[in-house]
Amino acid sequence: MLRHWTCGACFDVTDAILHLATVDFRWRGRSGFSVSVPNFAMNAGETVLLLGESGSGKSTLLSLICGTMLPDAGRVNIAGQDLATLSSSARDRFRAEQIGVIFQQFNLLPFGTVIDNILLPLRFAPERRKRAGDAKATAATLCTALGLPGEILGHRANTLSVGQQQRVAVARALIGQPPLIIADEPTSALDADSQAVFLDLLFQQTAANKASLLMVSHDPRLADRFDRVVRMEDIARIHRVAA
Amino acid sequence: MILRLAIASLIARALTVGMTILAIALSVALFLGVEKVRTGAKESFADTISGTDLIVGARSGSVQLLLYSVFRIGNATNNVSWESYQDIATRPDVEWIVPISLGDSHRQFRVMGTTRAFFDHYKYRQGRSLETADGVIMDDLFDTVIGADVATTLGYSVGDPIVVAHGLASFSEHKNQPFRISGILAKTGTPVDRTVIVSMEAIEAIHVDWRSGAQIPGQVTPVDVIRQMELTPKAITAALVGVESPLQTFALQRAINEYRQEPLLAVLPGVALQELWGIVGIAETALLAVSAMVVVTALIGMMATIFSSLNERRREMAIFRAMGARPTTILGLLVLEAMLMAALGALLGLALLYAGLSVAQPMIDSAFGLWLPVTAPSLQELWVILAVVGAGAIVSMVPALRAYRMSLADGMLVRT
Repeated sequence: MLRHWTCGACFDVTDAILHLATVDFRWRGRSGFSVSVPNFAMNAGETVLLLGESGSGKSTLLSLICGTMLPDAGRVNIAGQDLATLSSSARDRFRAEQIGVIFQQFNLLPFGTVIDNILLPLRFAPERRKRAGDAKATAATLCTALGLPGEILGHRANTLSVGQQQRVAVARALIGQPPLIIADEPTSALDADSQAVFLDLLFQQTAANKASLLMVSHDPRLADRFDRVVRMEDIARIHRVAA
Repeated sequence: MILRLAIASLIARALTVGMTILAIALSVALFLGVEKVRTGAKESFADTISGTDLIVGARSGSVQLLLYSVFRIGNATNNVSWESYQDIATRPDVEWIVPISLGDSHRQFRVMGTTRAFFDHYKYRQGRSLETADGVIMDDLFDTVIGADVATTLGYSVGDPIVVAHGLASFSEHKNQPFRISGILAKTGTPVDRTVIVSMEAIEAIHVDWRSGAQIPGQVTPVDVIRQMELTPKAITAALVGVESPLQTFALQRAINEYRQEPLLAVLPGVALQELWGIVGIAETALLAVSAMVVVTALIGMMATIFSSLNERRREMAIFRAMGARPTTILGLLVLEAMLMAALGALLGLALLYAGLSVAQPMIDSAFGLWLPVTAPSLQELWVILAVVGAGAIVSMVPALRAYRMSLADGMLVRT
């Protein structure tokens, strides 16, 4: 496994890119909604489909993995780094360095150009920016590889079709080769044909970057593309005191 | 890049942002305009008289004396007798003295009786002398020299006859002794522009048939007879005095103030002006405070605009957060936007002010006799702009802190 980053403080060096152990998280101010994840790990380079209905705690899990929320108990390790040991601003930077995020839709800043949107994470991640080399050229290459016309880079994001916007989001997630890509229902806003094309491109580019892909969806038909399929209810327990 | 995105974000909300900027611009233009008029008026007042060491009049207030003798505002409560005037004029420390006699008018303009020495010694705007634009200084008893505004307003030219009215805003005219315009003065930007100047003797001449402010019924002395008469004035309204040496100014002032034969008052024009500023200072400060409040109101309007945009921009903030932006970056972004709006507004306000000033300058001049120079923005104006930008940043901290807390709680999730 090729590692592009160095980590001096790593104490749990395994091949896992992502490891959640005995994680417990309780929403404050909400009546008794809590999520616990006893054990969930992903290997480097692995592609995992996480299936779950809405309300199954997917979003909470993603926030824990991205470090915008911290568990009340247990550990979340990304690339061997325990997120809880980082300060909040270091966590923000760590996220920018290590994780590429693709949302369901409205991924892009509507008023920004395509190139500004693609380069945005590099603004917060100096090492990822170094890895990206000539960032603009890299962005252009990624766009071409994702089947986007070259002149699109200068266009404003809100002039693009939804399908194009999702591809730009993929380019933004991949630029500077973060080891982990997280996609939250990235195809649900696309029609069936576009979905297939989009997933082909996503897998192709993720593999080319040797990145791990964690994709969250409610659609089990996507399962055969992935190395592994995990159901939300298999890895996490949801507790609701008052429904 | 963050700056470029902030600008792009502002452009994307062009309408509301434009309105906010316009409100700030108008308020800044108002504030700077008030300041401009204030300093312009001060300079214009201060420029009105120079080279005169003392103004002498009947005992009243120093501001009152200054106002009626130099600015033709208000009236004298009493006169100075010709004997007292002669007494002062013959003092050795008096280099020159110019008598002024006021009280009559022509249309809306005041008539001032004086001597030829007035044209030699009256100085304005750091020592500039009066000059005729047309014609000559009066020669004959019934000659008059008029100020530039008198000529343009009433459409007079050299040679035209004019009739002087008794008192101010009066219907009783000195019809029997018409004057002839011998000269028109060049524009000075002082009250001289709005003055009809005649000789001291002429003032006497037109009042030959008058006693105690009323015409003696039936008595009409022919002009030829008047010309033969001894026309020494009995009293004057005020006198401008120049001293031999500046060191003697205070001694002369004291001597006049303690003059035993008649209660007189001598003031230093600069000191009287300072006293005047002291009086109008409160109104000035109030005016400035009100216009500053307008600027604050515009900035609070901007704060409200930012507040109302926060909810629809939650998505945007979540994207920033997902890309690794810290909550403080979100805060900085909002403050940056507010500063951009405030800076644009302030600069636009400055531009509006100067555009308005260059258009309105001649109108203000003719209506109020106030010449507001269009000069490069002063250091003070740049400070005002900086202050507006700074205040914009401070005001925007309120919605920005809310956005900070929101993005801290939301993370990259968006609950819409």
